[in-house]
Amino acid sequence: MHLNAFLLLAAFLFCTGVYGALARKNAVLVLMSIELILNAVNINLVAFGAFHQSIVGHIFALFVVAIAAAEVGVGLAIVLLIYRNRHSIDLSEVDLMKG
Amino acid sequence: MAAAAAANADLNTMGYLVFGVIATAMAVSAVRVVTTKNVVHAALYLVVVLAGVAALYVQLAAEFIAVVQVLVYIGAIVVLLLFGTMLTRAPIGRTSDLDNDQRIASAVVSLFLLGVLGWALGDAFGWQHLPADGSVQRTADVGNSIFQDFVIPFEVISILLLAALVGAVVIARRD
Repeated sequence: MHLNAFLLLAAFLFCTGVYGALARKNAVLVLMSIELILNAVNINLVAFGAFHQSIVGHIFALFVVAIAAAEVGVGLAIVLLIYRNRHSIDLSEVDLMKG
Repeated sequence: MAAAAAANADLNTMGYLVFGVIATAMAVSAVRVVTTKNVVHAALYLVVVLAGVAALYVQLAAEFIAVVQVLVYIGAIVVLLLFGTMLTRAPIGRTSDLDNDQRIASAVVSLFLLGVLGWALGDAFGWQHLPADGSVQRTADVGNSIFQDFVIPFEVISILLLAALVGAVVIARRD
């Protein structure tokens, strides 16, 4: 197998996630796009671990999974708070800090 | 020797066949996650992408991470996202109100990023192969490595998870 097969697929997933994070205005869908981005990074870490015959890539991928779980927990709590205060999770309406 | 090489080539073709099927399913589902007009469908397409990632981990001989991927992502994070969908009364069913008005600009940005990344990866790694006789990374090795070389990051990350979950409860509770 070529290393670049995995890396290019991960790059495609990453760019899809970037598109979703920029173009979606439902907050839950933005969180899903961020999950796509994190998974793309994880594929890269594991592929490089296999390429260099090293276990460290796996360890870092595990740490990224733990961070992703923490991120989605806090993110959904914030989304719930926004919903409770504004009765909408439309991110284009959350512009309190817009200059 | 020739027979071993032929068997190796067969294995390689087989690997590419499996990879192609998984990668196609993942790419289509990932595009559907960011374009579908239905929040619940987006979560279900996300499950396909995450399962595809787990399959790629198996193909890369990282079986422990594949199991963790299924448990944590498909088992916990997608369920959490569906709970979020439910609690925020997101429109269940088709709706045209999920995208903002910068879709074109976002598509340009992400296609540009894809071009840059593709060029950089092709330039840096070209046609390099993964080691064909790659030894399977055993789960025991993962455990040994975490508890020998990465003990402090492991403890830090457990504190981080605890803090994040307590923080989530504090942020989301009614008082």
